[in-house]
Amino acid sequence: MVRRKVTMVIDPTMCDGHGVCAELFPERVRMDPWGYPIIDGGDIPLQLLDHAQRAVESCPRLALHLVERRQSSGRVDRKERHLSS
Amino acid sequence: MRTSITANPGPAPEAIAVPRLLAGLTSDGATVRLDDHLARWGGAPFQSAGADLVKKLSASGLPGHGGAWFPVATKWASIRHGRFARPVVVGNGAEGEPASGKDALLLTQLPHLVLDGLSLAGAALEASQVVMYVPARLVRGVEAAIVARRSLGIDPVDIQVVVAPDRFIAGQESAVVNVLNGRREAVPSFIGIEPIRERGVNNRPTLVQNVETLAHVALIARFGPAWFRALGTEQSPGTMLMTITGRWSVPVVMEAPLGTPLREVLDLSPGDAQYFSGALLGGYGGGWITMSALLDLLLSEDAARRLGSSLGAGVIALLPRGVCPMAEMARVVRYMERQGAGQCGPCVNGLAGLAEMAEALAFRPGAFHQDIQPMLDVCDLIDGRGACRHPDGVTRFVRSALSVFQDEVATHLHRGACSLTSAPGVLPCPGRVARAFGEAARW
Repeated sequence: MVRRKVTMVIDPTMCDGHGVCAELFPERVRMDPWGYPIIDGGDIPLQLLDHAQRAVESCPRLALHLVERRQSSGRVDRKERHLSS
Repeated sequence: MRTSITANPGPAPEAIAVPRLLAGLTSDGATVRLDDHLARWGGAPFQSAGADLVKKLSASGLPGHGGAWFPVATKWASIRHGRFARPVVVGNGAEGEPASGKDALLLTQLPHLVLDGLSLAGAALEASQVVMYVPARLVRGVEAAIVARRSLGIDPVDIQVVVAPDRFIAGQESAVVNVLNGRREAVPSFIGIEPIRERGVNNRPTLVQNVETLAHVALIARFGPAWFRALGTEQSPGTMLMTITGRWSVPVVMEAPLGTPLREVLDLSPGDAQYFSGALLGGYGGGWITMSALLDLLLSEDAARRLGSSLGAGVIALLPRGVCPMAEMARVVRYMERQGAGQCGPCVNGLAGLAEMAEALAFRPGAFHQDIQPMLDVCDLIDGRGACRHPDGVTRFVRSALSVFQDEVATHLHRGACSLTSAPGVLPCPGRVARAFGEAARW
């Protein structure tokens, strides 16, 4: 049984701490004391996917990505596929 | 044309003899020449280096000795079965860790063992490009060794030498790739989406392997996995090189079988141990352990991790009493902060904050209001948020120091900076303390 799960990752070398993501997707993104986002790396449920997508597209540094994580019988595959660009 | 000598490995040396890698060292520290190398070990079997060598490495259980302890065969197999493009193979001799000297020792005194391993990797993975990545000060010696090999036609693919910048993170895998791509300075990239095993130098699958690991490969290819496993334990086979600081008057590089009690490696009785306040394993991204834990420790990465530390690239530093651990921590954290690439916000801000707090704790602890919790909070904020493991290594260093040296922490918090803080540091932080390596002791 293979289920597909989507999660958000950040390229910290690109992020400049503009904060758009925390504004658009507070369900999974909060800011640290220095103004950089802390991303909850858990799976994003279907009903939140639009918000996640909007945050990814609005990042001025294009630092956010949604990746698909293949999960089979409880074991997380190390390989992650890039979903959107 | 390959000469016949390169096709025939010599007779296997006694499997339980130690040292192995360092067996060829000369007493005067001179470079072992190619003819002496071939006389001792015979030629490396490049012709049979394909799937056969990956099988041998898998059976040998050899892990990487650059710090991450990732199984070598797994890494090679994933590249062999990767994309259509032929891979690039890189021997990593950057050794940015200031307290480590074992890679430089191999490259200066036993370069042919490393170059054999590098070419074997190139042959096994059918690489289109084979690169030796070393600091500027070692380039000349390595090039001379390559020239000697070229005249005998030893290496199936000609080996290129590329200079590794002198900085802590220059050996980080994606930093190596960035240097080789000529696009950026030696700083890491975010590889969370596509590992460099799949897409590295010139977008080709890329193997970056530490030079000590390659030296082990050179011997496993010749004498096989059973020979390799005759030393070490089932879980942690073979031998490893260590750079030991603080135990003797100069730093010493040593080779010992995995599984050896550290008290034997360090020649340390419980009575001797009381002259030291703690031990650092794995370098500045490693972790501190107490002397009693050190005395009970068997040399293996699993055992070190169970103590919340790591053997990393084999750095073992003992801190003598008479040196202030808080001052050592402050100097190292500041050094690590300056050595960061400056790319990731949490690392830039977090390490600056940690360095400031570590300096306050060491030199003006009144600023702390009798509590180190803010330091631990900053560590929590940093973990896992950089593109590379540099910041995570610093938090492990700081947390373990605060735990192992809790008596010294309490002294600083309640009575102010101790009388030892002005003593010169023991742990090398280039720019402050000169490096002195080159001496190799036999184990």
